[in-house]
Amino acid sequence: MLKDITLGQYFPGNSVIHRLDPRTKLIILVVYIVALFLAVNWVSYALMAAFLLTVIRISTIPAKSFLRGMKPLLLILIFTGVLNLFFTTDGEVLVDFWIITITTGGLQRAIFMVLRILLLICGTFLLTYTTSPISLTDGLESLMNPLKVIKVPVHELSMMMCIALRFIPTLIEETDKIMSAQKARGADFESGSLMDKARALIPILVPLFISAFRRADELATAMECRCYQGGTGRTKMKLLRYTLWDFYAFMTAGAVLAAVCVLRYFGL
Amino acid sequence: MEPILQVQNLNYIYSAGTPFQHQALEDVSFCVHRGEFIGVLGHTGSGKSTLMQQLNGLLKPTSGTILLDGQDIWSDKNLTRQARFRVGLVFQYPEYQLFEETVYKDIAFGPKNMGLKEDDIDIRVREAAAIVGLTEQQLQVSPFDLSGGQKRRVAIAGVIAMQPEVLILDEPTAGLDPAGRAGILKNIEDYRRAHNATIMMVSHSMDDVARLTDRLLVLNGSHLAMDGTPAQIFARAEELVQMGLNIPQVTRVFLELQKLGLDVEPVYTLQQAVDALSALKGGAASC
Repeated sequence: MLKDITLGQYFPGNSVIHRLDPRTKLIILVVYIVALFLAVNWVSYALMAAFLLTVIRISTIPAKSFLRGMKPLLLILIFTGVLNLFFTTDGEVLVDFWIITITTGGLQRAIFMVLRILLLICGTFLLTYTTSPISLTDGLESLMNPLKVIKVPVHELSMMMCIALRFIPTLIEETDKIMSAQKARGADFESGSLMDKARALIPILVPLFISAFRRADELATAMECRCYQGGTGRTKMKLLRYTLWDFYAFMTAGAVLAAVCVLRYFGL
Repeated sequence: MEPILQVQNLNYIYSAGTPFQHQALEDVSFCVHRGEFIGVLGHTGSGKSTLMQQLNGLLKPTSGTILLDGQDIWSDKNLTRQARFRVGLVFQYPEYQLFEETVYKDIAFGPKNMGLKEDDIDIRVREAAAIVGLTEQQLQVSPFDLSGGQKRRVAIAGVIAMQPEVLILDEPTAGLDPAGRAGILKNIEDYRRAHNATIMMVSHSMDDVARLTDRLLVLNGSHLAMDGTPAQIFARAEELVQMGLNIPQVTRVFLELQKLGLDVEPVYTLQQAVDALSALKGGAASC
C-alpha cells in the first residue's frame, strides 16, 4: 500500500535525457513551466504537448509510470475541470439545464486548465524520473550558489534535501514493518471512530520517531567519522560540467519558449 | 491427530501486475503438528519471512489455503483476527516495535487487543514476564531504558502474553551476544513446556537448530526444498551447502572424519558426537 508512493522515484537509464547536466534539466523545467503559463491557444498547447512527448520518448521512461504517478492527482484534475466548466460564463451557451450552464468558453477553459496541470505534472515527473536525487541536489546547490553572498546556507540546505530524499523509502519500509508487527499483536487500524483510529496510530508513530532519531544519530556519527564539517573546503568527486548536449537542450527549450511567446502576442 | 496448521499449495506474489512483480513463494505445502518445534532454514530472500507472515494472516496468499485447526483462516473476517492471536508472530528485531511508557503496558498491548479483562491481563503479563526473566521492578520502567537484549525479551513477552498456540519467531537471536542468545532460546523452550505450544523458529544458526528442533523446513528460491528431521536434513549436507546454507560444526567435523576413514555415522549435536566417539573408544578398547 505504502509502496505505491512514487515521490522522488528515479528510473535508472542511459538516455540523453538521463545524461544531461542536472542544472540544465532544472533550468529547462523552469523555462517549460513559464512557457506553459504563457500558452493561450490550441496551437501553443499542441506545441507544448509535442515537446513533452518527444522528451518522454527520448528518455525511454515507460508511459505507464506517468499514468501511475498521476493516479493520486486524479481528484484535483477532475475538480479543476468541473469548476472551470461550470463557472465560466463567456462564449456561446452549449447546455442550459436546471442550474447547470455550459458555455463554449467554459469548455475550452476546462480543457486548457486540465491540460496545463497534466503537462506541468508530467514535466516535473520527468525530472525526478531521469535524475537521481543526488545529482538533483548537486544541481540545486550549484544553481543556488550565488545566494551564498547573502548568507544563505546553500550547502547545508542541499545536504538536508539529499538526506531527506534518501530516507523516504527507508522510512516507508520501516512504517510497513512496524505496522505488521503491531497487527501481529492484534492492533486494528481500520475499524472504530475517528478518535479510535487516531489513537491506533500511537503504536506506529512512537517506534517510527524513535527509529528516525536513532538513524539520524547514527548517520551524524558516520558523517563525522568521515570528517564531514559542512560545505567549507569540501570538494566534489563528480564535477558538474555542461556538454554539447546541454547546449542543444537549452536551444530547443529556448525555441519552444520563443514560439509560445510569438503565438501569445501575435495570436497566430 | 489433526495438524494444527496446514499449508496447501501456497503461492505469494509481491506487487502483482507491476514491473516490480516478484514471486516470493511457489507451491509450498506442509503440515504442522501440535507440540512440534520446527526450524525454518533458507538463505536471505528465500521467502522465509514472507511464509511466516502468511501463517498468522498478515499477508493474504495469492493462491492456496492456510488451515488453522482445519478452518481456512481467510474464509471469515473473525477467523483471520483469531489467527493473529492463536498464531503469535515475533518479527526480526522486535525491540523496534516497543512504544509504551512502561514495560508492563507494552506487554499488555496484545492481551488488551484480545479484549480480555483487567485481571486476566495482569495474570498474563506477569506470567509472560516471568517466562522471559523480567523482574517485578523492570515491569515499571520505560522499555527504552533497558539494554538491547532486555528490550528483545520485552518484545517477545508481548507476544507470549497472548498465549498463542503456535509461536513463530523470525531470527529471535540475531545480533545478540552468546549469553543473550542462550537466554532467549531458553525462554522459548520454557514457554513451549509451560503451554505445550508449537514453535516455529527461523534461524541461521545450524547449531541452535540442530540442538532444539525436531523437524526442519528448508526453503530455497521460494520453494520448499526439504522437510524432515534434523538427521535427515543434515545427512544431505552437500545440497545444503549448494543452497548457500551451513551445516552444524560437529557434522562438518564428523564428515571430515568419515573421509579420513574413521567408521562413524554423521551426527549433528554435541551430545551425539560425544556418544559416538565414546562408543568408538569403547569398541577400540575391546579388541
